[in-house]
Amino acid sequence: MFGSVGSLLSAAGDSPLWQAVLDDDCRDRGVSPQASMAKMGKLWQVMKRSVMDYDPTRRSPCGLSGGQGAQMATLDHSICGPFIQEVIGVALKMGEHNACMGRIVAAPTAGACGVMPAVLIPLQRKDRLSDERLVECLYVAAGFGQVIASRASISGAEGGCQAEVGSASGMAAAALVHARGGSGAQSAAACAMALQNVLGLVCDPVAGLVEVPCVKRNVMGAMNALACADMALAGLDGGIPCDEVIDAMGAVGRSLPTSLRETGEGGLAATPTGRKIAEGR
Amino acid sequence: MNIFDIMGPVMVGPSSSHTAGAARMGLVARKLLGFQPARADIALHGSFAATGAGHGTDRAIVAGLLGMAPDDPDIPRSLQLAHEAGMEVSIHTVDLRNAHPNTAVLTLTGSLGRTVVVDASSLGGGRIRVNAIDGMAAAFSGDLPTLIIRNEDKPGILSEVSYCLARRGLNIAAMQLYRDRRGGLSVMVIECDQPVGPEVLGDIQLLDGVVRCIYLDLEEV
Repeated sequence: MFGSVGSLLSAAGDSPLWQAVLDDDCRDRGVSPQASMAKMGKLWQVMKRSVMDYDPTRRSPCGLSGGQGAQMATLDHSICGPFIQEVIGVALKMGEHNACMGRIVAAPTAGACGVMPAVLIPLQRKDRLSDERLVECLYVAAGFGQVIASRASISGAEGGCQAEVGSASGMAAAALVHARGGSGAQSAAACAMALQNVLGLVCDPVAGLVEVPCVKRNVMGAMNALACADMALAGLDGGIPCDEVIDAMGAVGRSLPTSLRETGEGGLAATPTGRKIAEGR
Repeated sequence: MNIFDIMGPVMVGPSSSHTAGAARMGLVARKLLGFQPARADIALHGSFAATGAGHGTDRAIVAGLLGMAPDDPDIPRSLQLAHEAGMEVSIHTVDLRNAHPNTAVLTLTGSLGRTVVVDASSLGGGRIRVNAIDGMAAAFSGDLPTLIIRNEDKPGILSEVSYCLARRGLNIAAMQLYRDRRGGLSVMVIECDQPVGPEVLGDIQLLDGVVRCIYLDLEEV
């Protein structure tokens, strides 16, 4: 169990970060490295499967979500270019697939399940990365996620959306750095910057459902992860060490009013239209 | 938290607490009854009552009652599948006192009339806690292989049960004892590190004073 990014980095030493996270899981659960990697490998396969299983005709039980991931792909000449257009599309598809009761991997939560696949699946294709490499990336992400869960929170009810999509974004940024061969310290910088950018993000689901604004927040989390990974790979850092950023995120989460922590009472949920949607259910 | 509490679980959306945890509650209740219920009364409390329909909480619980795991793609169709399987389902809201916001009380009846009442809460991330069985307090998650033993409240039973486990090399991870009154009925909840085989369950069932021994292993699904 890693309680700090500092201890994670020093446990890894000169070996890759993912190796330290793998070793720790083997100790924690009393399993072999092969068994641990098979379990992580299955999560990666399910992530890819979920995107393929996306059905644009499906709608969520309340009718708010569905079909937009496919619609995104119909845009000609996206401002962001084809790679980012695909990232946006996958994030939307995963958010909608989840809202429509599809099978997903909570990473770290169901509401934030689109962020990791949205950045990793298009990058695997673009860079022609092996599945083994991507599984390593998931270990890196999980290692940072573990620290965030222990020092702050990965629950929207406890820490707002920063704890869900924010955590996913920080985890994805760290994973992307590894995908591109960056160092553990660069992964930490990427995670720190990604979390800094989402500090204070509230959890205000309309009608209390994981749909508006959750689906599109996944897009934001993915884009933020890509930008922060690139910044870290260029040698930039956020000026505040990752552990201190995570502590700040925990403190901010605790100070958020209950109405902005998954109760569906504040923010967008409290707008006239948000209330009308809630009443119409 | 282990890294697989961070990455994962694999589940049917949209909510780990309102959908995945709800499915797990249904599955645990089914296991506690021992077979597929013929009738199920589902009472939803708090946030389960308020947002359960939009989160598919009702369908997830029924899916669990049908024996589906939280990642079964058929969860959205469970109400129809229950109907086809001849399971009578009634779903309503309830206001419980001092209960966790994501709580449900499931009253299951088998075709031969056996019933079980399971009070359980979904704690987030797909994890659950069973709060009571047939009105008797309990507190277990179902994460580990778990024995729920009903026995007469008298001296020595605990050590006999633990001996049954120890001589087969099984380690107890956590254990709780509850009783309705002194000398009445008691419930022992024993969570083990290893799966408990049928021979051990047979040994325990034969002990003097043991009324019933239920074994819960969600990995077996």
